Amino acid sequence: MKGPQVLVVGGGIAGLCAAISARRAGARVLLVESAPRWRRGGNSRHGRNFRFCHDQPSALVPERYQADEFTEDLARATAGTGDAALTRLLIERSRAAPRWLLDSGVALQERNRGTLPFSRKTAFLLGGGQAMVNALYAQAERLGVDVRYGCVANRPCLRGNRLASIELRSSSQSGTSGQSGQSSASGLTGQAAESGGVPGRSSLELPQELVLEPAPEHPPEQAPKLTSETLTPDAVVLACGGAQGNPDWLRQHCGERVEGFINRGTPEAHGKLLIELLAAGAQAVGDPSRLYLVAVDARSPPADGGIVTRIRGMPQGMVVDRDGLRRHDEGADRGSTRYARWGQRLADYPGQIGYLLLDAAALREVPAALYPPLVAPDLQGLARQIGMDAAELERTWLTYNAAMRSSFGDDSLRPDLHSHLELPPHSVFPTDSHRDLHPDGSTHAPLDPPRTGPARALDTPPFAAYPMRPGLTFTYHGLAVDARARVQLSSGEPIANLFAAGTLMAPNLCPQGYLSGLMLTIGQVFGVLAGEEAARHVRG
Amino acid sequence: MSAAEPVVEGAAVDASAAATEAQRILAICNICGYCNGFCPVFDAARERPAPHRGDLSYLAHLCHACRNCLESCQYAPPHAFGVNVPRTLERLRWLDYADYVWPKPLARLMRAGMVLGSKADFALFLKLFLAMIVPLLMGFWWLPWSQLTQPALGPGGFYRIVPFPLMVCLGVATLGWALLSIGVSLVRFWRAIGGGRPAVRLTWSGLSAVLWDLASLRHLDGGGAGCTDSHSPLAPARRWLHQLLVLGFLCCFAATVVAAFWHHVLERVAPYPIGSLPVVLGLVGGLLMLASALGLWWLRRRTNPLALAPERKGGEISATLWLLAVVLSGLALLVWRGTSAMGLLLLAHLGFVYGFFLLLPASKFVHAGYRLLAVLRLRLEQRNIDADTSRRG
Repeated sequence: MKGPQVLVVGGGIAGLCAAISARRAGARVLLVESAPRWRRGGNSRHGRNFRFCHDQPSALVPERYQADEFTEDLARATAGTGDAALTRLLIERSRAAPRWLLDSGVALQERNRGTLPFSRKTAFLLGGGQAMVNALYAQAERLGVDVRYGCVANRPCLRGNRLASIELRSSSQSGTSGQSGQSSASGLTGQAAESGGVPGRSSLELPQELVLEPAPEHPPEQAPKLTSETLTPDAVVLACGGAQGNPDWLRQHCGERVEGFINRGTPEAHGKLLIELLAAGAQAVGDPSRLYLVAVDARSPPADGGIVTRIRGMPQGMVVDRDGLRRHDEGADRGSTRYARWGQRLADYPGQIGYLLLDAAALREVPAALYPPLVAPDLQGLARQIGMDAAELERTWLTYNAAMRSSFGDDSLRPDLHSHLELPPHSVFPTDSHRDLHPDGSTHAPLDPPRTGPARALDTPPFAAYPMRPGLTFTYHGLAVDARARVQLSSGEPIANLFAAGTLMAPNLCPQGYLSGLMLTIGQVFGVLAGEEAARHVRG
Repeated sequence: MSAAEPVVEGAAVDASAAATEAQRILAICNICGYCNGFCPVFDAARERPAPHRGDLSYLAHLCHACRNCLESCQYAPPHAFGVNVPRTLERLRWLDYADYVWPKPLARLMRAGMVLGSKADFALFLKLFLAMIVPLLMGFWWLPWSQLTQPALGPGGFYRIVPFPLMVCLGVATLGWALLSIGVSLVRFWRAIGGGRPAVRLTWSGLSAVLWDLASLRHLDGGGAGCTDSHSPLAPARRWLHQLLVLGFLCCFAATVVAAFWHHVLERVAPYPIGSLPVVLGLVGGLLMLASALGLWWLRRRTNPLALAPERKGGEISATLWLLAVVLSGLALLVWRGTSAMGLLLLAHLGFVYGFFLLLPASKFVHAGYRLLAVLRLRLEQRNIDADTSRRG
């Protein structure tokens, strides 16, 4: 094959949309994906739904979600920090996203097939992100896009406002093999053999027998033979994600505590190109020290755990740090944003680990979790399992239970009392009247931090604990782009033939906060746009 | 969370390990839920968060093996979680065929196919296959050679080889045996999948909905996207081929019924002319079965082997061979019934047909009954839910 006219770096939704749209516009396209074939698709693998603007209900969504509301939602989530012009572009072009995906072979889930979470604002991919990614690869290949797996791009060479050349490095056998394994990618990025990115497991403070057996790694392959070549494509689209899979970079910006994080997204987002381009004079957006974190089970694999590793039952229990101390109100957050709040909180816990403690009754109420909880017939036993100071834990527990009994009574989790949800959070400092009313006449120290209801005493053995760590999903640091998705230099001038799409440029729109289904929309919209613009640049 | 593959060459599949693996995987699916648009298995699994053995059986047979959930899985092997729903549920299905089968000794026959690469069990299959042509050998013993080599030109030609009452008696006995054995097995299965669940009322409309579900293979459409033996324009091929096979079988059955009607009511004695209804039905049915069985076999070879339970191979190959033996011997009889080979071909065909019925309760073909009951259960439960909702609303 002659050299590609358009090189697309990254094979998630953004890269695939860019490759397909550039190919449809007539360009010769090469797409390079750093993952092996079985793990192709980056974080898009783990997505499920995308947010889009629509003026009427359809088989995909009930009711409507108009541009104004989308704009407001985004402004609220990001505290108005996103670029206004790009936001308008995103929202307007999101209207066409479902049609574009359907036309490209992606199946969307209709509301009457299978039980879906209610969503007026997002459409669901039938089979989830991996199914979408597979369909888009199939479409790209049908159209004649050349695809290479286990292939990493680096060393971009800028001349003035043009990208002159870029280097590709691939393991020789990774082009077609589905099994070419993890070591190829990590070898290429210069990391140690551990491809998991954040080495969260090493500092896991659980007795070894309680840690569920780690899944067998794939058979170690012989060291892949690396080949590298320098390409001079007419245009390049970068869609290679953020930097959550780069432990060195994370440590540099977020400190040693990243040792305690678990990367729940792809380990392939190593951010090398981002770092090299910033060094070469590209304009950064976002904040390198800001991370999107959610609470995940501390026993999760070091990378790629996706959606199932989340721990969600904080409102039903009590959360303590490794010293047995409560640090936050477990009942304060109830919306879907609570996942992210707890991720941030755990990042500030000593050792970046916390424990969700439950009794037998609460255990029946929490959402299902991936790993079974640690269980013990009494508190001392549980503390021993965790490796925590039993006396401290017991003190916390007794204080908490006493406060729960005095302020909520013994059956405060009765369904009819769930109207608490609608009330503004109230603290559970025992009031004088409570003190008077309490049957045993005892008085309690005020609970600090407070506990918002509904909640109840955790006093039915056996007791259970879920160890939790911050689960890193994506980073908020990327390349500034203009309205044609061209990467900008710090001088403000765009690089004429270098485009960016997806998570790599998402901080232009969302430098902080998040809305569900936003990242896939950014990937789709700016992927298609970047592909079109790249093809237009090729045609001259 | 080991994704260890329990299948070892030559070793029997461990039933309790298979059930544990199914529980492990479905627990992950219940949290993820991305696949629930493909088929009803995933929503049904969510309603059974701590599935007992009967629940697992229900879910296993509700699965129609479109395999889309493996292709779409973010946790499919070689991911650390090693989620492989199609293979795991297929494994349970084969274990169930052996578990629920009646009478018990058939279980050994059923399991024989589930042992990988074992020469002893291949020999067992060979013996069974030979047993199917026992009638042929007996014909050799009893009949003078001159009678055996007569062409069946005139009416009653077949019955000079095998007397009519004997032919009918053997047919009724073997088919009756098959229906009895499968019927009892299915009753056991139906009780197991209902265990601990609210009782459901059987209604005609429920039953007709189920029959339509099965006729259209509704749960094999992968949520509308087709099943993945494909990722190609061939997407609907498996559903079509499967139903053509069923249609072929029904045609052959209809041919028998029509022939019986002609014999008893119209008093017309076989063999019937080529253009007659029984022959046309039998011929069309035979050709349909032949073509679709070969087509399904070809599709299976193109299927991602990761989605298949390796131990089911023996049972599938033997089922295909039994079916082909019946079809090919029947077609051969039709073609050469005017020659001196007729007697031998008739004995072979009858032998294969009777043998097919004898072995039916221990064959893959029982899956039809299990699927029917699982889909029936689903429909009835959905009906209950609908009724509850409308009562509340």
